[in-house]
Amino acid sequence: MSESTLIEQARGSAGALAAVLRFTARHRVGMVLAFLLVMPLLLPYEALAVNILIFGLYAVGFNLLFGYTGLLSFGHAAFLGIGSYLAGIAIVSFGLPWWAAIPIGVLAATVAGVLIGLLAIRTRGIYFSMVTLALGQIVYYAFYKAERWTGGENGLRGVRVEKIDLLGWQLDFVDPVTKYYVVLVFVAAALWFVSRVLASPFGAVIEAVRENETRAAACGFDVARTKLLAFTLSAAVCGLAGTLRALHLSIVPIDSLHYLQSGQAVMMCLLGGMGTFFGPFVGAAVFLYLEDVVTHLTAYWMAAVGTVFMVFVLFFPRGIWGSTLAWLERIAARGERA
Amino acid sequence: MSEITPQLLGIQLVAGIALGAVYALLAIGLSLIFGMLNVVNFAHGAFFMVGAFLGVYALGLTGSFWFSLLLVPLATGLIGLVVERFLVRPLYGRGIDYPLLLTFGLSYVLVDAMRFFFGIEGLPSSTPAALRGATDLGFGFFPTYRLFLIVAAALVIGALWLFIEKTRYGLIIRAGARDPEIVRVLGIDVAKVWLLVFGLGTAIAGLAGALAAPTRAVNPEMGITVLAESFVVTVVGGMGSLPGAVVAGLLVGIVFSLTSLFAPELAELSIFVLMAVVLLVRPQGLFGKAGQMG
Repeated sequence: MSESTLIEQARGSAGALAAVLRFTARHRVGMVLAFLLVMPLLLPYEALAVNILIFGLYAVGFNLLFGYTGLLSFGHAAFLGIGSYLAGIAIVSFGLPWWAAIPIGVLAATVAGVLIGLLAIRTRGIYFSMVTLALGQIVYYAFYKAERWTGGENGLRGVRVEKIDLLGWQLDFVDPVTKYYVVLVFVAAALWFVSRVLASPFGAVIEAVRENETRAAACGFDVARTKLLAFTLSAAVCGLAGTLRALHLSIVPIDSLHYLQSGQAVMMCLLGGMGTFFGPFVGAAVFLYLEDVVTHLTAYWMAAVGTVFMVFVLFFPRGIWGSTLAWLERIAARGERA
Repeated sequence: MSEITPQLLGIQLVAGIALGAVYALLAIGLSLIFGMLNVVNFAHGAFFMVGAFLGVYALGLTGSFWFSLLLVPLATGLIGLVVERFLVRPLYGRGIDYPLLLTFGLSYVLVDAMRFFFGIEGLPSSTPAALRGATDLGFGFFPTYRLFLIVAAALVIGALWLFIEKTRYGLIIRAGARDPEIVRVLGIDVAKVWLLVFGLGTAIAGLAGALAAPTRAVNPEMGITVLAESFVVTVVGGMGSLPGAVVAGLLVGIVFSLTSLFAPELAELSIFVLMAVVLLVRPQGLFGKAGQMG
């Protein structure tokens, strides 16, 4: 084979790779959903798949703020928890059906997002992380003490959803596979919504705020309002993840409001790749799978996850998916140049 | 809750000031590291917890409380030096979030390290024999250890103030916090100053832990709430202000202590609400300069 044919071939495969990358980027929701559709088949048991789905959505909501707007919140457990608790309380205390509980949880998380966001965006940079952490703890202690409604330290029990009635079509919500695909419907809707937001002019503005706040303001964008809106949307998505988690677990543990739970979103997002569309799911999957494996091997799960996280912060700040994407793009670009 | 006597109120006030003294120490350490390195140390609570463990352990080993108070800051300071040199330093210039994320991961490791060395239950802590009981202050009896805690914290804070305001090294620290570039141009090895300041901050956190150990349960999770509380103090006082850290520390301590007397269910909540109010009224904190929050 002559040299020119080799180059021709290399250019051809690199071109194909570049085309695949472009296709994936354009159809990101479809690609992620295609993966999520088959994910339960790849995992040792289905309950893990449901967890990955829910925490992936939680990390997607968080990523909207951290990865795309550049604001590092340490208080997002508040929205996950409020979504869970309010959906749970709607079912347990008011006997509402599951489909009514979901919008209630999401709405409550959205309202909380506006309130916490209003206070938090008064601060910038590193203060933002400290203030969101502390504001999140207000929610934690408030729910902890409101024992009559929330069950306090023991968490809210009895969020029982066993059957889902879809116009006469009975679905068994206890069966993990059915549960997975029911949850996936909501996750798909949320992913479509987030993708639309990111593709809209508003999506460009939040990235402009991340890159350079002063310049975005100079271009005439209202930075404070942009941040508040991004914060609120992010809270709503995390709230939806929370409502789904309440239905999935049938209890709401009080820890879901603690700032360590916020830290989990941070870890998942960074492990997977912040500012990427698929990264949060990769992060959630790796985090939860690692947790599953490590807790079987040793009692020192926190040391393991802390070490892995530090290694990523130090050496792979783009995360697994972010690094992979960057690597593939480099190959494609090199091939096209050759 | 029917009778709140002046005596009870006084004791609770002293307890609040003692708690506030610990908060002030924590906030000073955080502020010092932030002012100099632009790093929020999310492992600050974990260093406090390590200090408490090492303090109780050293006390049991040597029998001398004073010796343990000397040993603990040295040990946590040393850990701080290693952390800055090998983990935080590679992250300078990569955006302010990265050191924060790294120290968050570190706090997980420190929690499990203490579980590994001392067990998951924690260590039983007791007040040193010489500081047990109550002391008559002329207008009532107060727990001796709380009074000691207040005096000890005041001494440490006073010494720090003298160090920062009156010595050559303090001058470098203050200058470095304002403009590290100029300090570097003047021929001072800023990297070494940053290293030492991180060590100093973690040493103070450890000392605060050792001092607070006899007043609370010593377990691997104790630093987790302490971190959130020290953030409250820092935001209330204004980041980077030493008087702010002291005043806010005492304020937060007293608010906590008095709410736990009058409305125990609201005690934990009260200090976070205090912070929210300060944010609404004065986002830069009581002693912070406007615009410094960015």
